[in-house]
Amino acid sequence: MSSKPGKFAITSPSGDRPWWGRWLLILPWVLTAAGTSYRVCGAAEELQTPPVRQTPDRLSTSVFDTVSPPADKIRDLIYLVTAIASVILLLVGGMLIYCIIRFRRRKTDRGEPPQLYGSQPIELAWTVGPLLTVFVLLMVVIRTVAETRRPEPSADAVRIRVVGHRWWWEFQYPDFPGLTTANEMHVPASVPGRERPIHLELESADVVHSFWVPRLAGKTDVVPGRTNLMWFQTAHTGSYRGQCAEYCGTQHANMLIRVVVDAPDEFEAWAAHQASLQQIDPEFAAGQGLFMNRTCVNCHAIRGTEAGGTVGPDLTHLATRKTLAAGTIDNTRKNLAVWLHDPQSIKPGCDMPSLRLTDQEVRDMAAFLESLK
Amino acid sequence: MTTADSMSPRDWGSASGTAHAEPVFQAGRCGMVAFLASEVAFFGTLIVAYLKYLGADNGELTPANMLHLPTALVNTALLVSSSITIAWAATALARGSHKAACRWLALTVLLGLGFLGVTASEWYDLISRGLTLRTNLFGTTYFTLIGFHAGHVTLGLLAMICLLAILSSQKQVGFLAEPVELVSWYWHFVDGVWIVLLLVVYILGR
Amino acid sequence: MTTVADIPARSSVDITMRLHGWVTTVDHKRLGIMYIVTGLVFFIVGGIEALLMRWQLFTSDGQVLSGTTFNQMFTMHGTTMIFFVAMPMIFGIANYVVPLMIGARDMAFPRLNAFSFWMSLLGGVLLYGSFFAGGAPDVGWFAYAPLTEYTFARSTATDYWILSLLISGVGTIATAINLSATILALRAPGMALGKLPLFVWMMLIDAFLVLFALPPLTAALVMLLLDRQLGAHFFDVQAGGSALLWQHLFWFFGHPEVYIVALPAFGIISEVIPVFARKVIFGYESVAAASVAIGFISFGVWAHHMFAVGLSPGLDSFFAGASLLIAVPTGIKVFNWLATLYGGRIRFDAPMLFSLGFLGMFVFGGLTGIMLAAAPIDWQFTDSYFVVGHFHYVLFGGTVFGLMAAFYYWWPKMTGRMLGRRLGQWHFWLLLIGFNLTFGPMHVSGLLGMPRRIYTYQAGQGWELWNQLTTIGAVIQGIAMALFILNVLISLRRGELAGDDPWDAWTLEWATTSPPAEYNFETIPEVRSRRPLWDLKHPDDPDWKHE
Repeated sequence: MSSKPGKFAITSPSGDRPWWGRWLLILPWVLTAAGTSYRVCGAAEELQTPPVRQTPDRLSTSVFDTVSPPADKIRDLIYLVTAIASVILLLVGGMLIYCIIRFRRRKTDRGEPPQLYGSQPIELAWTVGPLLTVFVLLMVVIRTVAETRRPEPSADAVRIRVVGHRWWWEFQYPDFPGLTTANEMHVPASVPGRERPIHLELESADVVHSFWVPRLAGKTDVVPGRTNLMWFQTAHTGSYRGQCAEYCGTQHANMLIRVVVDAPDEFEAWAAHQASLQQIDPEFAAGQGLFMNRTCVNCHAIRGTEAGGTVGPDLTHLATRKTLAAGTIDNTRKNLAVWLHDPQSIKPGCDMPSLRLTDQEVRDMAAFLESLK
Repeated sequence: MTTADSMSPRDWGSASGTAHAEPVFQAGRCGMVAFLASEVAFFGTLIVAYLKYLGADNGELTPANMLHLPTALVNTALLVSSSITIAWAATALARGSHKAACRWLALTVLLGLGFLGVTASEWYDLISRGLTLRTNLFGTTYFTLIGFHAGHVTLGLLAMICLLAILSSQKQVGFLAEPVELVSWYWHFVDGVWIVLLLVVYILGR
Repeated sequence: MTTVADIPARSSVDITMRLHGWVTTVDHKRLGIMYIVTGLVFFIVGGIEALLMRWQLFTSDGQVLSGTTFNQMFTMHGTTMIFFVAMPMIFGIANYVVPLMIGARDMAFPRLNAFSFWMSLLGGVLLYGSFFAGGAPDVGWFAYAPLTEYTFARSTATDYWILSLLISGVGTIATAINLSATILALRAPGMALGKLPLFVWMMLIDAFLVLFALPPLTAALVMLLLDRQLGAHFFDVQAGGSALLWQHLFWFFGHPEVYIVALPAFGIISEVIPVFARKVIFGYESVAAASVAIGFISFGVWAHHMFAVGLSPGLDSFFAGASLLIAVPTGIKVFNWLATLYGGRIRFDAPMLFSLGFLGMFVFGGLTGIMLAAAPIDWQFTDSYFVVGHFHYVLFGGTVFGLMAAFYYWWPKMTGRMLGRRLGQWHFWLLLIGFNLTFGPMHVSGLLGMPRRIYTYQAGQGWELWNQLTTIGAVIQGIAMALFILNVLISLRRGELAGDDPWDAWTLEWATTSPPAEYNFETIPEVRSRRPLWDLKHPDDPDWKHE
């Protein structure tokens, strides 16, 4: 059996190759590097205006920090399955490490070790064992699926219709006629003696999104042409953060959800206020005039005025919200001004164009919108 | 530099000539079966889409209103008889009856062309009555499914025409027995898909 | 040092002739090499895309890439790695090795083989051509409808994506036809199916998976193209079309697809571990049977990618059950491999190092897979970084480590030279460390609530640390792969000559020269057992006495 260098070896003293051969090989890489850096740098042009950032709200989104039965049950299942998986990992990993250490080839080894072709009893055992484990796991899973199942809405349930848009969330409260808001959902806490489950009906206005607030429940997709149902319930007041969890286009990353759990009477007050028509302070007539006469009304609604657009978020009582642009920025006068000046600088690719407002117009409009308590 | 031009690896076999441990598979037949398996998966998917949307449309342009069962039955007769004729062509060629094989193969092509003609006139009728790919879900799924089937019929006919050309121009045609056999398998498959379409599209839909 | 060009021809003519030889070849070995080179080139490109994403995600509110560019990056990264890295490299290795292992002279249909390669390459070129046509696709590698409908994806980028997958898909199906015909019909005398090397078994099962899983993708892509270009309504929700139909069809392909890329890795491991532990594979029959079982079950689990879409509890439970079930044959194989190591005399050459790495990483990924199979757990973890961590453990830790093992194992056969031992060790360890540093922390990001496919994230959620670890790990992986490329180039130039059988292995390919002659075998060998060369080397204790 001869040993020749393989047919495919690249060998040649430089005399065999044309002088430009080397450059031919390098050229594609140079072009690729140039093209890539062009794309990367060209794309960075979008980022030249330093965007306004939200102060971190430090709201946990850990799947272990649960406050609601569906999330609790899932968390418990995670613990159980992790425990089983860890045992398996230790056993298999341990065996692997043992074999690596114990059965290294030693310098004194001669010939081949005894060849073991198989063993029916052993193979049967390690078929039956995993099958049983899997069966037990499946039973646990089926039980959890049943336990997290959405119960029938009780009389005390709060129903909310969630509509996912690119890239914001619309919330309607059928129990409070007229109540339409965006991105920030308020719900009542359950108190001893009065369970208040929150039932969500999930729909989409365009593509598939996913409603995910980890501390409250697992995620449920929002699919156009279909209404999905989910629920959660908690006794713990506070704010809970979530995000869209199904890629839906350019600004998928900036489609945050804020669920605020209020004490029951606070919730009633919030709901009543949100359902009410907007009272306009005549001091802000300038901004209001701009809003009504420019294209804003084509997309946005302010209930109680002529503005009735449904393409973009409902802006009624805008000033009561903590954030803007689906959680992208804090709701402050300054941020709102930057947004109005050029929404694309904060959320590039979103559907709201720059309206080419002058600085004074921006100030007036921002003042008006911030007055919408 | 290519492998030997005249023979393919399938023909080289072993030098020792000893018996194989088990019955020998033939590469060409394995290949055709594998190809047809993939076609089952392909058409199956289109059929699933058709069934999913069956009954989803409101209005006039539905299978019950638009499709004409007798037309489909004519098409079925054409294809089934063409399967018979190609089977006869294959056996004739295997027997060595060169002329008979040519005749049966030509008849198969004619029957297949007849199928395409009937389909074309059926489509003309449907389109002039307002059903197109973009009209509604029925239009979308119907034209896609029937269209791909008709496309497969067309490719089969092209293969047959090529074989016919070689068959009629050569004196020694023993080497064509296997290709004709394999094409006949393809043709039977296309026929089989049509039967399923008959049941799913033309009969089930009403 | 002898050169290849013994003819002192003018160099330009020489290059043209050599290039012509490669471009027109139908030789399975050359095509195999072309597939592998293609896969490696796209691997580098996909890796750069990953590094760019990691750079952007290194900090909260990163400013490196815009949202649009990032979205293009993850779409291209996923599509490239699955369709233009994993598949070509797998079918390249299979192309090279399978005919040799079964004692055949070539694949059953050499010209179809060449057709498959060029279709695959064309698909890749078309996909990257989208950059020059106004932008790459940004719809994600599984391209959910209706995001991909014309309404939401106006540019031609999505059409490039569709066409590139249609074209390469046809090539892949053709390869499957070729492989199944070759393995069934061209085996050497005496090589019953029960005596096939396990890698060949895996490729046979793989071929069947491709035959039944790729066409549904082809059909779905055709439907999407008809929607986009001719106004059809398959996924047009406004007209009554179903967004979920795309998901069902895609994942009906998509899940078997991951086994299409995993089974060959299993096959490679099943070849390498015995040779480097010096023991026959433990339980050949159950490894083969388990693989067949995996093949079948893989068609019944697809909706575990859809646990969050609101299927009924019954369906959720069924798919959870099937997904848990498929862990059993996989586990059986892991035990078989461990039992092969047990009692062996392990040589820690690079192929074995990567096989051991595979075992550890794949088992870990399989266990997180079991977690995800439990549907309620999936409701938290799907579409988060947890799942990104999981699938990289099984696809990279599994398939890529397997491919690296194959590369180091069969490189001597393909080129007649050895890859450097030292560099191989550096490659392995850096890759192992970098890999775990990259994808391990992703599980933490996921359980802290970080969704996938986001181009930016806000500060204050505790995600920064894990993202930074991930990015550092990715850079280390980049270095490891650079060392690998260096190893390859050095070996080609002046690698140690390998000889026919540098590993003292047992399957038929090692009975040929390195590289093999164009006709592979002077006379087709006759085999009596699963390890023909073991029988030759151990005439006193041949395998066929025990099988």
